[in-house]
Amino acid sequence: MSDIQLVEAPPGVEGAGFFATSLDKVIGLARSNSLWPLPFATSCCGIEFMATMASHYDLSRFGAERLSFSPRQADLLMVMGTIAKKMGPVLRQVYLQMAEPRWVMAVGACASSGGIFDTYSVLQGIDEIIPVDVYVPGCPPRPEAIIDGFIGIQKLVQTESLRRRNGPEYQKLMASYGIQ
Amino acid sequence: MGKITNEEVLAKLTAAIGDNFTVIGEPYGLLTLETCRDNITDILTFLKNDTVLQFIYLTDLTGIHYPETEKPIGVIYHLHSLVNNVRIRVKVFLADDDVHIPTATTIWNGANWMERETYDFFGVIFDGHPDLRRILNVDDMTAFPMRREFPLEDPNRVDKKDYFFGR
Repeated sequence: MSDIQLVEAPPGVEGAGFFATSLDKVIGLARSNSLWPLPFATSCCGIEFMATMASHYDLSRFGAERLSFSPRQADLLMVMGTIAKKMGPVLRQVYLQMAEPRWVMAVGACASSGGIFDTYSVLQGIDEIIPVDVYVPGCPPRPEAIIDGFIGIQKLVQTESLRRRNGPEYQKLMASYGIQ
Repeated sequence: MGKITNEEVLAKLTAAIGDNFTVIGEPYGLLTLETCRDNITDILTFLKNDTVLQFIYLTDLTGIHYPETEKPIGVIYHLHSLVNNVRIRVKVFLADDDVHIPTATTIWNGANWMERETYDFFGVIFDGHPDLRRILNVDDMTAFPMRREFPLEDPNRVDKKDYFFGR
């Protein structure tokens, strides 16, 4: 038998037959351990992601083995690779089709900053068109780095307030990208 | 080796077209001609339809920009005679303010996307092309990015200061 580890319960008040904690923490716990990633892989970082998903590195240990190839059911948009300016509207469309709450991870130098492709045809970082939660450096990053970025996303999900996405700060962020 | 030599190609071409072209050279054995846009359709049609030469395959159609020359914009045709295993290159140079050239889509349908690409990057206008619009760059682009005056680096970057790069 393998040694199955369960996540620990969030801090709360425990007694005989009951356990009380805040809803934020329970939902954060549930969400962070069952994130459905949408891989938007355009180049070599996508190959590293394939290794990350495969048995050796095994992203499913983090509850993310269920890839969602439809943006409607995805929680996390993983952008891996060079995004040309012509691809920009496509990526933005995919992001808009995702339901809230949604997170975005920019994997690799190209998605984060344009990388070595400082040229007229390449988007200089996907944060020019959509908000990004976690940047993973590397060209391409090793699977460990992608997993580290994913754990970063999990931490964000766990600690996010349930009201964050209704708050004025978030609305302002969305408005700065022209998203309502 | 090809079944016919460059001299035979030239002889046949001269017999059919006359002296409406000049031979630039034969780098690496590749016969290279230069002509003007009034003759390009005739030359390409002859090269394709001649029963001996049979340059039936348009390998490439592209552009080039030499800003220091009198006619800076060039259009270059690479033809391949599959039967004879011989290639030929034809160049046409155009003045900067008059970048019109007759389309080759009437000869090869495959020239369609190549001419769109050449228009996209060099701004060459192919008269008679059925659908001359951008093919690779974003539709709302206003410049022709492969021309030398166009800056390669993305102009929106604010973090790349010149002094980091010693310039």
